Formats: sequence, structure tokens, C-alpha cells
Amino acid sequence: MLANVGFFALVLTFLVALYGAGAAAFGAQRNKPAWVESARHAMLLTFPLLTLSSLCLIVLLVTGAYDVEYVASTTSSTMPVYLKITAWWGGQAGSLLFWSWLMAGFATAASARRWDRDREFLPWVIVVTMITLAFFLSLTVLFENPFAGLWVTSDGQQAVAMFQPGGAVPLVPADGNGLNPLLRHPGMILHPPMLYLGFVSFVIPFAFAMAALITRRTDDRWIRITRRWTLIAWLFLSLGLILGGRWAYDVLGWGGYWGWDPVEIAALMPWLTGTAFLHSVVVQEKRGILKRWNIVLIILTYSLVIFGTFLTRSGVLSSVHSFAQSAIGPMFFAFIALTFVASLSILISRWPELRGESQLDSMFSREALFTLNNLLFMGVLVVCFWGVIFPLISEIFTGQKVTVGPAFYERATGPLWAGLLFLMGVAPLSVYGRTSWVNLGRAMWKPLAVSLVVPVVVVALGARSWPAILTYWLIAFVVAVVLYEFWRGALARRKLHGENLLVALGRLAGRNRRRYGGYIIHLGVVVMALGIIGIELFQTETQGTLARGEQMTLGDYVMTYDALSVFDTADGRNVARAVVSVYKDGRREGELYPRRDYYYESQQAMTMPGVRSTLEDDFYVILVDWQPIAAQGATFKIYHNPLVNFVWLGGLIFILGTLVAAWPEREPAGVGRPATARAGLARA
Amino acid sequence: MRRIGITLLGLAIGAATLLAIGAGAAAQGTAPTDDEVNAIAKQLYCPVCENLPLDVCPTQACAQWRETIRLKLSEGWSEQQIKDYFVEQYGARVLATPPAEGLNWLVYVLPPVAFLIGAYVVFRALRTWRRAAAGASVAPDATVASDDPYVRQLEDELRRRG
Amino acid sequence: MSARSSAPPASSGTKRPWGAILVWVAVLGLLAVLGIGLVRAQQGPVGVGSKPQPFTLRTFDGAEYDTGEMVGQVVVINFWASWCTPCEQEAAELEQAHQRFKDQGVVFLGVNYVDTETEAKAYLAEFGITYPNGPDLGTRISQAFRIRGVPETYILGRDGRLAHVMIGPYASLDDIVQAIEAVQAQ
Repeated sequence: MLANVGFFALVLTFLVALYGAGAAAFGAQRNKPAWVESARHAMLLTFPLLTLSSLCLIVLLVTGAYDVEYVASTTSSTMPVYLKITAWWGGQAGSLLFWSWLMAGFATAASARRWDRDREFLPWVIVVTMITLAFFLSLTVLFENPFAGLWVTSDGQQAVAMFQPGGAVPLVPADGNGLNPLLRHPGMILHPPMLYLGFVSFVIPFAFAMAALITRRTDDRWIRITRRWTLIAWLFLSLGLILGGRWAYDVLGWGGYWGWDPVEIAALMPWLTGTAFLHSVVVQEKRGILKRWNIVLIILTYSLVIFGTFLTRSGVLSSVHSFAQSAIGPMFFAFIALTFVASLSILISRWPELRGESQLDSMFSREALFTLNNLLFMGVLVVCFWGVIFPLISEIFTGQKVTVGPAFYERATGPLWAGLLFLMGVAPLSVYGRTSWVNLGRAMWKPLAVSLVVPVVVVALGARSWPAILTYWLIAFVVAVVLYEFWRGALARRKLHGENLLVALGRLAGRNRRRYGGYIIHLGVVVMALGIIGIELFQTETQGTLARGEQMTLGDYVMTYDALSVFDTADGRNVARAVVSVYKDGRREGELYPRRDYYYESQQAMTMPGVRSTLEDDFYVILVDWQPIAAQGATFKIYHNPLVNFVWLGGLIFILGTLVAAWPEREPAGVGRPATARAGLARA
Repeated sequence: MRRIGITLLGLAIGAATLLAIGAGAAAQGTAPTDDEVNAIAKQLYCPVCENLPLDVCPTQACAQWRETIRLKLSEGWSEQQIKDYFVEQYGARVLATPPAEGLNWLVYVLPPVAFLIGAYVVFRALRTWRRAAAGASVAPDATVASDDPYVRQLEDELRRRG
Repeated sequence: MSARSSAPPASSGTKRPWGAILVWVAVLGLLAVLGIGLVRAQQGPVGVGSKPQPFTLRTFDGAEYDTGEMVGQVVVINFWASWCTPCEQEAAELEQAHQRFKDQGVVFLGVNYVDTETEAKAYLAEFGITYPNGPDLGTRISQAFRIRGVPETYILGRDGRLAHVMIGPYASLDDIVQAIEAVQAQ
């Protein structure tokens, strides 16, 4: 019953979205505002409808309606309620519904804004968002229906169908299969929604860009409208990536957080173009150049979002993240083709109108440096894209499967990341417009001189790895520049307004949110870089088989193997749990419990590391193997991960900075709205 | 005299043989450690566990592969020989990066070439824009003029201090 | 592709249509690669009635068997691995079927997928398997048959065409016998 309601709502939303897209296009073509208004109402209707549909699914999941195939395959009676709810996005069909629901929510939020100045954009924004929504809904309605039931047909076969097949009787399994154990982790509960939020919210700037192209209103209006959307999309995407890394570190049990898996890269690629976009739009706002490039970037970002989703869900690539192979591949392919061809056609037809207004006064100006930043981001993108796509090409042309592993990406992108760090230090000190390398040098020399202390100290302390020394210097440089900028700004304010330094600092960030938020983000990035360098260059590991009471050593750490127990749990797991003690410099630091969970239902094993975490380093133990009967010997793999917690710490700073940058500007008394907007932009 | 010579020769040969056997036994006697096995396994990928390096892949198939590496190491094989063996057995996909031969050259060539082309395009664009600026009659201000007095003051202040 | 094809904010307008052509070629090329990749991913194992490329199996004992020379015989090709638990369900039955059919022009070939020689030989000894078995060097044979996992069994008819496909293990000796007899009857 509830399943029927949910499915009906889904079909209805699909039709409403199609109508919305059609009515908006028709209204815009024929200049009939009533049609556009009707389309807007249709768009507003999609969100409540999908909310209803989603609620139906959640109720089915929570109450354990195992006659619904999706419920039976993703939940089981032993799962706690919160996991049953997260099963909403734990499988292909449900996550498509979840995605559509988010998409509808964002479309509604976008249409709720005041449109008076931008009436002409409205119909085309509706067209783009509703087509995207209708596409995702068509996948759920036609192929991956979360409400489809389980049936036994008259000849005894099991069938999955929405409506009762002739002669079939409903099949109600006593219990479900349960959620994929890999997904039963707090990081995994939040990681997909964050990524989806990021993906979905990039649809809005893309829709506005398309609207701007179609209506030929190609000034920077579309950029100003979508500025905050883009930042929020980017925030969620960053959060999704960081949480995904945390999840991998805690659950996948290979001692790292980023494995350059094709699906990870698929999520990184829109982030790369999105980051480039965030920088280059500032240049267009300030100087009127890079107009074409910004449109290209937002088209690329949206295409990469769709492309990434396609890679994950079509079975073209196999990966830990892939959903099981399904019929949606061809549909997805058609939609990708439509996206690519349609946006490229529109772009090319408007290309001549997109000429820049301004010129470049200096190669050392901020606009030139931002262009370089974009070049480097595109370089990383090309490496990532090529690494993901090449195995496909190789298989098609030579029939040979190849692996493009982390070594390739690390070697190819390493210098580009270093270049980006360097620019992160230089660009904030540069100015727009006419300037020279002398000016830039004069602005740079103080933080540069301070930062040079770091490599000297590092070398004196005995570091000999030149990539590490270089990166440490770059990190120090960026930190010095950011602090210097805050310092200069606060000093200036103190002089101007007689504020004390702390107040000046606070007001400074408050009044120039985008600029100082950006600096905080930079700070977060270099803190993350510190952690990344720690684990990339200085991770050590060892493996050994110990009898009970024996010990093994890694660096300053000694680990003893105390006990092992193997037992079954009430929720259908067989757990092998070891108890080990960790000593550092002879002092006992505590016990860790690395374990291996085997899920009977899904026949999947999961390796849960035992981790002792400090700011300085992580001691990370994996239970590799054990002798089941005597429970005597056990094999452990231990990792020493220096500085890895800086990755998470940097992530937090990064998110904080993004929030500062995205926070709406307050309107100070006596200053008009446009002027404040400009204040936030100046040199941002 | 001759007999002694022959005996000596025989002894020498015998000793040499014994030495050689002894050395061989010593080489084979030390069992390879897990770390030595993992050092090689880290660079290999087993088709059963896609995108996870062999040293951390938990499947039975991969455990067997690691045992094979251990066996080959104990037989005195070099790292390269072992990798070649795996490539012969299971194809080039076991390597962490494609071997640079045939079509695979493209993996390594395309990104730098694309980047260089991109760099060329960017620098040409910057140059063109600069020429346009040089030709323009009205020179813009050193920094963008702001209509907000606070920002203008801040900018001025910053410039003076800089 | 992206940096190269879409970077020209510099190009001064409409003079060079080949810039656009280049971008189109890149985009359509990418779509073609994705499309072919998708078709491959969606393909199931080779279908009944098709004619698989002949292959040579070099057994663990060093003998060579070329399926191209086996026209006129029924060929049972079984993909297996020692780490594969379901394979064990059918291992003994396959050998019994081999004993039953070996004088009737039915050839059994065991293709050992992504396995190690020591364990594979131990497995063969454990189940007393006597028909030829050999490693799938470079995973070429399994790629040609597009197998998705092990065990899978393919039976070639006398004309060299694929006559029967079994994904997963056979439930019983009778199932194997029936499958082979059905192919023989063709």
C-alpha cells in the first residue's frame, strides 16, 4: 500500500518535472509569462511530492517491509533504526531517489529567490533543473524502482516487479539481507549525502550559466547570482571527499585514506574544476576577463558530476564503490551525450559574444596568477581524467586490461600540487591591474624570508628527502603569507579606526568574508598538506606473525599480542578480535582491538583497524590472519602514520573557512547593499 | 706426486662444491619476512581485488599470491623476476602502472603534452591581452577603484605599508 | 582533453572553425570510448551459438591442447580456482563426468583462473582430477569468454560453437551429464 503511494508520487513527480521543463521552454519561446509561472509552480511541487515518496520509503525501511525488494536487500531486522534510515541511500535505487529529492529541494530553493531583476533567466533555469530531475526520476521509475515488490510467479520463479505479475503471489522474506557492512560506519552515513549535496548543488550554477548563454545575457550577472551556490556546492563536495577519506581510513583497513580509486577520482574531478571556477569567477567579476573560460569551467564541472555518477553506477569501471551492475547504463549514457552535445552546441553558438571586456596590464597581476592557478588545476584534472579513462581505451584497442595505480597519479600530479601551493603563497600578495614584479617582490619578501627558516631548520634536523623539504617550505610560505595578510589588514584597521588588534582582526574577517574566508581555506589546505606529506613520505609499516605474548617493533613503538577471541554476535557477525598492547619508548600507551568482522548474510569480511591516534602520529594495527582453533598465532600488520591527523584538522579549518566565505554579508548601517557587496569583493 | 696433486685437486673441487652448497643453503635458509613479501606485493594488483594493492587485499586469492612471492623469494628470485613472472601468468594488469610499451606510452605522454599545450595557450592569451592593454589609450588605475571608502582606505593603507 | 580542448579563451573569435571541430572530435571520441566501454560492461558472458576464438591451454604438466584442433569433439571448458569455495562443490562430479564421457569424444579442459600453481596442483590432487588442467596465462582465455567469476562452464559442440553455458557450480553429476548429452544430441 505504502509502496504504491510512494511509487505513485514518484511517477507523478516525473510527469510534473517533464511538464515543468516543457512549459518553461514554451513560455520562454512564445513569451508567455503565464506558462513560465505555471512551470515554476510545477518545479515547486516536485519537492513535496518527492518528500512524500521518500517518507514512504523510510517508513518501509524502518518497519521492515521485506516484501519490498529494496527493503529486503538493504536492511535486516538486527540493524538499528538509524542504519535502516541510512539504507535510503545505501543501495542504487534508494540513492537515486535520495539524489532526486535533494535535486528537487535545491531547485525549490533556487526558484524561491527574488527574480525581479532576472526574470529572463527563470524559464531556462527551470528547463535545465527539471530535465536533470526528470532524468534521475526516469531511472527510478523505469529501471531502479525502490518500491518494487518481491513475488513468486506461478512457475515458482522469484520476480521483482512493481505490480503483481499474473498468477504470482507476494513473497515476504522473514528477514532482509542487511546493509552492505562497508556502509555501516558513521563516515559512510554522512559521506554519500555530502557528495550528493555537492553534486546536486552544482546543477544550479550550471543552470544559470546555460540560462545566461541562451538569453545572451552574458555579463557577470549569472556569476553573481550563483556565487553562494557554488561555494555551498563546493563546501559539500569538499566535506564529502574528506569524510570519504576518513571512512576509508577507519574501515577499509589499508592504512591510508585515499587510494586513487577511479571512483574517488570521479568525485575529485568536479572538485578540481569547481575550485578553479571559484578562483576564476573572481577575475571575471573584477576585471571582466575569462568570461568564456568560466562558462567552460561550469559546463565541465556539471559534466564531470554526471560523468562521475555514470562511472559509479553503470558498471563501466569496477571499484569498491561501484553499485552492482544495472540496466541504467544506457540511459545514463544517453543523458551524458545529451549534456555534452547540448551544452557544447550552445557554448559554440555564443562563443563570439563572450569576448572579454578588459585587458591584462601585467603578468604579475593577480588576474594573471589566477589564470596560472587555473592552468595547474586543469593539469591535475587531465592527469586524473586520463588515468581513469585510459584502462577503458586500452581494453578497447588492445584487449589488454591495465591498472593505473596511485604511483602514476602521485608522480604526475605532485609537481602540479607544489605549483598550486606556491601560487597560494604568491597570489594573495599580488594586486589587480597594473603592477610589476618589483611590486610583487616588495610585497613578498618579508613572508618569504620568514618561511625560509623552515627548510633550514628541517635540514638541520636531518631531513634529506627533497620533496619533503620543498613542501615544508611551501607550507611555511603559505602560512606566513596568510598570517601576514591578516596582520597587515588588522594593523590598517587599527590605524584607521583605533580598534585594538583582536577586534580589528574579527571585523576584518567579518567585513571581507570571501577574501579572509579564502585565506582560512588556504590555511586549512596547507595543514592538510602537512598531514599528506607525513603519510605519503614518512609512512612506515611492518608485518609479522606473533604467538601470544610475543612482540614486534616499528620505530619507537613496540606492540605485544595479548589475546584473541573469535565469537558470533547477535547481529549476524563472526568477529575475530585481537587484544594488543602498545608501548612507546618503554611506556605502556594502551590497548588496541584490531578485528575482522565477517558478515554471514552478505558473506563479506571487514577489517577494522585498531588505531592509537595523537596529533604527532597514528599507530594503526590490522589483524591480517589468525589460527582459528588454537587461537595461538596471529598475523598483524602495523603502520606508523606520522602527522596524519593534520589531514582531518586541516579539513576542519578548511570547512570553517568555507563557511566564513559563504556566510551572507551583513548590511552595515548607512551603507547601501551594492557597496557592501563590492566591499566583500575587493581584492578577494 | 701426481697422485697427491690429483687428490689435492679433488679436495679443492670438493671444498668448493661444499662451499657453494653451503652458500646456497644459507641463501635459501633465511625465510623471507612478511615485510620483504609486502614490499613487492605493494607494487602488484590482483584481478580479484580491483584497485587494492596486493599487500592489503584480504581475499584468499591474494593471500595465495603473497605466498607465491614468498616462495619465489626463498628460491632466490629477484624482485624484477617475480614481477615478470606475475605479468606472464596474469597479464600486464597486475602492475601498478602500465608498462611503457605500445599504446601504453600514451599514459605517460598525453598528460605532459596536454599540459604544455595548455600552458602555451594560456601564455599566448596573456600576451595578447597585454598587447591589448598596451595599445589602450586610457590606462587603468593601479588598483581597481572601489566605491567603498573603507576599502579604498584599507587599500591605500596597505599600499603605503607595502 | 579538457585543458587542451577548452582552454582557448585566447582565440580571437570566429576565424578558426577548426578549433570547434577539434573540440567536437574530442567530445564525440570520448562519448565513443564510453559507449564501447559500456557495451562491453553490459555484455554478459559469450552467448550460446557464438564461436569463441580457439585457444591453446598449456597444462601444469607442460602438455598443450588447442581447441582449434578439437572440431568434431564436444569440449567442456571449466573455469575454476583453488581459492573458490563453490568450485569445490562440482570438482569431484566434473571428474566423474570426465570418466564417463572420455571414450565418447568428449574433451574436458580445466582453466585455472588467477591462481597459484602450488595451490592449484594441491586442489587437483585433492579432488583426484585427471583431465587436462592449466593456468589461464595472462587471463587471456577468461577475457575471451568474458567470465564474471568462477566457476563457470562452457561446452562447445562438435561444430566448435558454444552450445551450453553454466554460471556457477553444477548442483549434481546429473546436471553435468544432462548438459553434455544434450550437446552430444545436437
